Amino acid sequence: MINHIVIAPVLLPLLAGVLLLLLREKNLQWQRLLSLVSVLAQVGLAVMLLAAVNGGEILAYAVGNWQAPFGIVLVADRLSVWMLLVTALLSLCALSYALRGADIDGKHFHTLFQLQLLGLNGAFLTGDLFNLFVFFEILLLASYSLLLHGGGRQRTKAGLHFVVINLVGSTLFLFAVGTLYGTLGTLNMADLAVKVAQTPPEDVFLVSTAGLLLFGVFALKAALLPLYAWLPAAYANTSAPVAALFAIMTKVGAYCILRVYTLIFGAQAGPVANLIEGLLLPLALATLFIGMLGVLASTHLRQQVAYLVVASIGSLFIALGLNTGAGIAAGIYYLPHSTFAAAGFFLLADIIAKRRGEMGDKFEIATAIAYQRLFGVLFFTMAVLIVGLPPLSGFIGKFLILNAAISHPSLPIIMGVVLVSSFMGLVAVARSGSLMFYRALPAEHVVQTSVGQLAKELMPVISLLLLCILLVVCAGSIMEFSLATADQLLQPAAYIDAALSDGVIR
Amino acid sequence: MEALIALILGTLTACGVYLILRARTFPVVLGLTFLSYAVNLFLLIMGRLTVGNPPIILDGITDYADPLPQALVLTAIVIGFAMTAFVIVLALKAHAELGNDHVDGTHKL
Repeated sequence: MINHIVIAPVLLPLLAGVLLLLLREKNLQWQRLLSLVSVLAQVGLAVMLLAAVNGGEILAYAVGNWQAPFGIVLVADRLSVWMLLVTALLSLCALSYALRGADIDGKHFHTLFQLQLLGLNGAFLTGDLFNLFVFFEILLLASYSLLLHGGGRQRTKAGLHFVVINLVGSTLFLFAVGTLYGTLGTLNMADLAVKVAQTPPEDVFLVSTAGLLLFGVFALKAALLPLYAWLPAAYANTSAPVAALFAIMTKVGAYCILRVYTLIFGAQAGPVANLIEGLLLPLALATLFIGMLGVLASTHLRQQVAYLVVASIGSLFIALGLNTGAGIAAGIYYLPHSTFAAAGFFLLADIIAKRRGEMGDKFEIATAIAYQRLFGVLFFTMAVLIVGLPPLSGFIGKFLILNAAISHPSLPIIMGVVLVSSFMGLVAVARSGSLMFYRALPAEHVVQTSVGQLAKELMPVISLLLLCILLVVCAGSIMEFSLATADQLLQPAAYIDAALSDGVIR
Repeated sequence: MEALIALILGTLTACGVYLILRARTFPVVLGLTFLSYAVNLFLLIMGRLTVGNPPIILDGITDYADPLPQALVLTAIVIGFAMTAFVIVLALKAHAELGNDHVDGTHKL
């Protein structure tokens, strides 16, 4: 029995995007409604899929009923569906913030938003390496336009760098894909996992070159050191809802690394087993440390949040780089936390910057803003969340990562880097908070917004905070799920079976 | 034949990388185009170089041409076209907004 629900998260945003194009600019209310309905439906779909795969089932869907490895398969396992859910929830919050006015700064915001979701959902579901490239391009093309949405000098400059570096990345991706096809004769990920174990000795060099090239590409998407330089400028200069949505973009790279290097180049890969073990952990530690240096050195709040994104990628990859079940599970718990926290912080930074007038988000003493105390409390909560102090989800995430590292041989270094960089982050965020809220000059005339307006504006930020609190409240069951997910990833036989044999209507 | 193709690929890639490292947007766009030519050619020859072999199964034939790389390269060409068009428009926009065609937008003449 085939389950058509697997392809629905890909078809729905595509359909919504095309319909939005037909609605044109005039029907703004309808556009907003359609966009919101589509995103809500995606949340529903992700929840339904989660219920379907929670017991350990792996759903495969042969597109066009062409059987793998000749056709393209979409595969939904625990990890894919987890990513779908995180994306859908994040995009709901980002979209509801955009509805406050950022969507009319330029044309076709909603269409681009839906196409971005199409690319993201597709990348998480696909079981084919070339198809992954195609979905990457879809999400990138939409992200280029979203990044530039609204225009402006700084945005254009940052956008140019972002586009060029990603185009180079796409070329490298194709070189890697071509090499894998030329040596192993397949691009289906499950089939690759089978074939890679039987690589003839003369091809081992080529296959591992392709595997490392792929790692380079995914590391670029994930903003892992030394390929992170595009991120701070791009994220700090784009509009706030787009920056919030982009919090998931770096996680696409993380997802791909987790998928490809457990499934294809994992422990079962024969001559190229555990290809990036020993490479990932040092890079992750360096990314965390350098990212936190950036956080300390930032001169603008949004730039600081962008560097916090880089640092959180470092923490995430430390967890994944441990290459144990507990480590991967900690990463799977940490991933939604860092996504929601970064997105919420971007939105809050934008709300604060709008109220500081000419000063914007610069770290300089300005006059006090309306509802100073409320914003101070929100900023403080966000800071606690993102730096990883108790009692919020950042603390649990960091604790799980360090707990997973206890039996690792390089524990002292991991512990040292994580704790020192957390402290650096704490100092930096405390400094920016005290500068903006404690040292504010008394205001002569403050522009007051009504409480209702303010509540509407803050709703997405509060929702993201609540999601993080939910991560704390349900930590037990989420951790159980994460451990099961890690288990599923480390035993790829079930994935291979599902992708290669099922999914065809007979 | 393989040596010639390899030489062409290497030259295209080297030119592409050199041009991407230039400081002006026009050479960078040109470099990206060269790189995408190189990768398209690379994908195409991953099905091996054969002459006159059929791509579909026929009786009494043992050597086949691989049709899949052609499908892959078609997709890659289409995507490459779209990306090139986008980056050209972006480069023009950057030139208009920043007043010069330096990739950092800060170059003083």
